[in-house]
Amino acid sequence: MAGVAGVNDFQWCFSQVKGAIDEDVAEADIISTVEFNHSGELLATGDKGGRVVIFQHEQECKNRPNLRGEYNVYSTFQSHEPEFDYLKSLEIEEKINKIRWLPQQNSAHFLLSTNDKTIKLWKIGERDKRAEGYNLKDEDGRLRDPFRITSLRVPVLMPMDLMVEASPRRVFANAHTYHINSISVNSDHQTYLSADDLRINLWHLEITDRSFNIVDIKPANMEELTEVITAAECHPNQCNVFVYSSSKGTIRLCDMRTAALCDSHTKFFEEPEDPSSRSFFSEIISSISDVKFSHSGRYMMTRDYLSVKVWDLNMENRPVETYQVHEYLRSKLCSLYENDCIFDKFECCWNGSDSAIMTGSYNNFFRMFDRNTRKDITLEASRESSKPRATLKPRKVSTGGKRKKDEISVDSLDFNKKILHTAWHPKENVIAVAATNNLYIFQDKIN
Amino acid sequence: MFPKGTKRKFSDSGDEPAAGGEDVNQPSSVAVRMLSSYSLQRQSLLDMSLIKLQLCHMLVEPNLCRSVLIANTVRQIQEEMTQDGTWQIMTQALSAANAAAQCSADRLVATEVLCRQTEATQGEQVLKPFPAVGSEGCPAEEEEEVVVEEEGEGGPQPPTCQAPLAWTPAGKRKMDSRTAEQVFGTFEIKNPAPSPDPALEELFSDVDASYYDLDTVLTGMQSAPKMGPYDLLESLSSHGPSPLSSSTSCRSDLNELDHIMEIIVGS
Repeated sequence: MAGVAGVNDFQWCFSQVKGAIDEDVAEADIISTVEFNHSGELLATGDKGGRVVIFQHEQECKNRPNLRGEYNVYSTFQSHEPEFDYLKSLEIEEKINKIRWLPQQNSAHFLLSTNDKTIKLWKIGERDKRAEGYNLKDEDGRLRDPFRITSLRVPVLMPMDLMVEASPRRVFANAHTYHINSISVNSDHQTYLSADDLRINLWHLEITDRSFNIVDIKPANMEELTEVITAAECHPNQCNVFVYSSSKGTIRLCDMRTAALCDSHTKFFEEPEDPSSRSFFSEIISSISDVKFSHSGRYMMTRDYLSVKVWDLNMENRPVETYQVHEYLRSKLCSLYENDCIFDKFECCWNGSDSAIMTGSYNNFFRMFDRNTRKDITLEASRESSKPRATLKPRKVSTGGKRKKDEISVDSLDFNKKILHTAWHPKENVIAVAATNNLYIFQDKIN
Repeated sequence: MFPKGTKRKFSDSGDEPAAGGEDVNQPSSVAVRMLSSYSLQRQSLLDMSLIKLQLCHMLVEPNLCRSVLIANTVRQIQEEMTQDGTWQIMTQALSAANAAAQCSADRLVATEVLCRQTEATQGEQVLKPFPAVGSEGCPAEEEEEVVVEEEGEGGPQPPTCQAPLAWTPAGKRKMDSRTAEQVFGTFEIKNPAPSPDPALEELFSDVDASYYDLDTVLTGMQSAPKMGPYDLLESLSSHGPSPLSSSTSCRSDLNELDHIMEIIVGS
């Protein structure tokens, strides 16, 4: 499937936008994670207020086969509440850091959602039948007086309006001293890993009171701490393999068969630094904010501040592909350090066929790179281009002195409008882009 | 501001690696300007980083990754400045200036705040506003940073809160360990809480108690009361310079605290 708009007949167009239009954005409404499930039928978002909203893809209309169905709200629930750590006298934010879907095994859907400290397994199930005719209670639930019952009847299942219920099935708590940044479901569908700044734990989905610590990079003396874990992911096919990235721009691949504690890696991925571009910010911009395996499991992608890199798992000394996301920011690093934007953690994602990758930028821009044609495109998630089926116009940031028409200069970029979270449908050309409190859904134009 | 004479000496030091690799002993004016500009930029980056590290402690939940990255940047700058010899020069310049500094009670208060912060936060959340307000009055403050150096063999210096400006430059220390401990120590509960500091309690006695968690009050203000930075400053100044008898709890690394303060004042 084609991935990127460009010379081909393929173009991205607006489909939907979810969220309030107000200028005043409530902090709790800021979307903090976006994830399609494995079939693409469901799209989950988590926000800073600890809520999860799940959208479902409506079936396409039979009348209009060219029109893709829309995503409508399927379920909303409060996943995490704010907590207070009495020992440290610190608040624990309810912000949902990550959502990961479990592969579907029955009619219900399961997902893992996590905040800084606690992971929860949620079951989202449908109920469209109700039992009526109980013996011991009335239709409204009140208990009947047993002495009044003179006959017995068998309850009958009657249809009812569809009700989607979300219930927490497991709570995995108290295993992380530091802030959880990643969760990843293993390909064995029985275990998953959770990673915080210094440790990675392996859990069994059925067991909540125990987890195995598989990586621990905490130094004996915290004063010697110079590196933290920034992201981790399980290999999509090999259930014994996982990777984790660090704040120093390195990725370690570990095999759980080698040792119980995977402090020593099996593979170590690092690109040698370019000495000509070294600055005081070199380390900060090399810090990896996201790591994602390709669907095939042959490659992995890492996102650092200015670029996206694709690595072949068989080659550790450098990436096979490097894509510049917003190189024009390299001369602005000092200002970005001052306003803390340099610490923004952008995510990245693959399309279903691994032929294209996508990541976000500032000014509500997001970028897509086609790995085959090497073409790239910059698009914007804005209300202005939110007319139904409107084709998205490519955007460009002018770097030189002359600014062409329709280009935007680097100094005019809005650094408060950042797209950190994006997701690509696993099978179709449908993408979800989170812009602060709004969720934009774009799809390809079917000609 | 750094006296002009010292600056000239700075750039003529001869052991500074020029940005363009030129011979520093006979620098062209352009090279000198480049060097100074680079040094100033580096200095301001260092100041900014130290400020960020200090401000980290005001947040509800400090971000460890960010703190580590900033701390590494500070370390990098320090190392480069040490190699330059810049570090040594500033150390000497500052000690000379310190001796002549007309120190005000503000600075004493500011230092003492940092002292208390040190003793009270054995790995706990540190709330300390940046005592910039109190320290701005000192005119003789240098812009350049104070060296954080200490003799290794003497062991920790005897804590001397009474002389916040007198510090002893000594051997090399890679990173301000006090800062490091403050930054990373907050993420661990390392030691049991020390006994409540009566002066500290007095400081907060007129603050609305319902503002705090009961545990916080009982443990003698170990944790962040979640006041704004300037609220605390106001309460501090109203109490004036508190007795410095808490010196016994002040850590030996007073020079580190002092140098942080110099940054604050200098900037």
